[in-house]
Amino acid sequence: MTTNNPEILVSIRNVVKHFDISGGWLEQIKFDNGRITRKQSIVKAVNGISFDIKKGQTVSVVGESGCGKSTLARTVMGLYPPNSGEILYQGKRIDNLSDAKLKHYRTRMQMVFQDPYASLNPRMTVGKTLREPIRFHRPELKEGQVAEKVAEVMAKVGIDPDWQDRFPHEFSGGQRQRISIARALALDPDFIVADEPIAALDVSIQAQILNLMMDLQEKSDLTYLFISHDLSVVEHISDVVAVMYLGSLCEMAPKKQLFDNPAHPYTQALLSAIPKLGHEFSHEKLKGDIPSPINLPAGCVFHTRCKYVNDRCRSEIPAQRAGDGNTIVACHAVEEKRI
Amino acid sequence: MSELLKIKNLNVDFALRERTLRAINDVSISIDKGERLGVVGESGAGKSVLGFSIINLISKPGYIDSGQIVFKGEDISKYSYDRMRTIRGNQISMIFQDPMMTLNPVLSIGEQMRETVFAHMNVSKAKANEICVEKLKKVYIPSPEKRLNQYPHEFSGGMRQRIVIAISLLTNPDLIIADEPTTALDVTIQAEIMDLLLELCKTDNMGLMLITHDLSVVSQVTQRIAVMYAGTIVELGDTATVAHKPQHPYTVGLLGALPQRAGSEKRLNQIPGVMPGLAKIPAGCPFSDRCSLVGDICREKRPQLLEKTNGIRVACHFVE
Repeated sequence: MTTNNPEILVSIRNVVKHFDISGGWLEQIKFDNGRITRKQSIVKAVNGISFDIKKGQTVSVVGESGCGKSTLARTVMGLYPPNSGEILYQGKRIDNLSDAKLKHYRTRMQMVFQDPYASLNPRMTVGKTLREPIRFHRPELKEGQVAEKVAEVMAKVGIDPDWQDRFPHEFSGGQRQRISIARALALDPDFIVADEPIAALDVSIQAQILNLMMDLQEKSDLTYLFISHDLSVVEHISDVVAVMYLGSLCEMAPKKQLFDNPAHPYTQALLSAIPKLGHEFSHEKLKGDIPSPINLPAGCVFHTRCKYVNDRCRSEIPAQRAGDGNTIVACHAVEEKRI
Repeated sequence: MSELLKIKNLNVDFALRERTLRAINDVSISIDKGERLGVVGESGAGKSVLGFSIINLISKPGYIDSGQIVFKGEDISKYSYDRMRTIRGNQISMIFQDPMMTLNPVLSIGEQMRETVFAHMNVSKAKANEICVEKLKKVYIPSPEKRLNQYPHEFSGGMRQRIVIAISLLTNPDLIIADEPTTALDVTIQAEIMDLLLELCKTDNMGLMLITHDLSVVSQVTQRIAVMYAGTIVELGDTATVAHKPQHPYTVGLLGALPQRAGSEKRLNQIPGVMPGLAKIPAGCPFSDRCSLVGDICREKRPQLLEKTNGIRVACHFVE
């Protein structure tokens, strides 16, 4: 990982994000065997993740619910401050900036959320929703220029600019997600974080939105961080895929490599669970359930369900190691060439 | 194989203040004993209403307007409320989408399971517990005797759905209707639950009606597929043929929209527009305003579900 590589747009360095959910000190007091103890509950959502996102690429983060992929996305966006670690944008550190200094970067990176029913204000017309970010970030623009910009982004995402005075409830789910994308594009950003942008949509509408996102990427030279649990969607749109489990990065590799030759045991199990059209049902069974992120297992977080587990896995956390051909794998068994 | 359930020309209506909307339009379909049938469609296609109407669970203002639902040779669509209760949850059980919603959070799972047993069988509490433990073992819940006294929040999402399946098995039903049973679950858990359903259907020769929006899941578990669009069945046939050689333009479009079908093609095949709401279904073929093959006849005449080549039934004027 070089510091000032112009190809790299965003770098994530050892990011840790924990949430304290123990409440006030009265709630933390517990009676245990006749003794009073104080107990804190901390959700360890993201535990030391590092990777780079190259300009113009689509990097996808996949994992099951609760693995910390959305937390990671929000931390990258600066919506949560990380507990430790750094986020670099074009080589400059942005996670410790003041709000005023961050304002410039906010125009460069935008977010599209999962549920287009919840992420658009139901009491604002579409036009008003789209004008708001432009007016806030570019106060020098005149009314006419703002209106022009709004019409331009609406046309870009395939919504008739004459519909500016309509409210979100007058649009279908797919159209609303197009409007969310238009809002993200209103400031001509370079980097878009899309958190499950198609999970709430029907299959035929999913295809429309994915096509739109790929077209926009080509036209406007966008870089995507794409968060999803749907592996077949990820396989279609990404250049690089990162697999997360319980707050840690298991494996990160170029798409083809990851889907053809998954190295990490969790990636292998996850890929075999994808239902494939018209194939016999066969998948690798994972035993047990996902442990709670409050009480993380010692050592490798996956060791409780892994079939290659040994004593080292139970005690030592595997580091993210570079493998062949731009891959990162965090697994003792892979390192020791046991698999 | 003998016929377990036969639905004939079923129409389900919802009476609103201004007008009556037809949610299920002339649907005929059957399930043999031990057969696994998949019902797929996008949201609003009427697949859940179809499932609910079989066990007469449609609530007002919905009602069955006409048609027959013949279960083991008897038309159950006109059964009284009390008589229906001897079938519903007994010979036909249903599994719903969200296990968090279907289990009562303030009752232990033992209480919830015994409730079902007592509703349909005249047994002692000890015997009821025995039945519950047996079914929990069947869905691979470890140490079921102990688990019986626990509450839903003490189980993970996948385990909760397995308990829901165990409840549906308590009365040894002949048919299970599963309405999006894995939509709320992760892929690895989904694979586990589908494995379990498949195994149970095979060992107990149970019929399964699997309602889902996910074509790939259906294609792996079922023997036949019915594709629904705007309240009608547009294509019906054996799973392998429908999955590999779809005939109806809607099914073709839907399968083409799946990323895994696109292969190296960068752009996904997309169907223009959205499924019309019940009030706006076009006259003639319901798919006519989104179809690329549309002709004059499609806007005038509603196509019938007729048998075409390969033994597949398709409702389209243009499929030979």
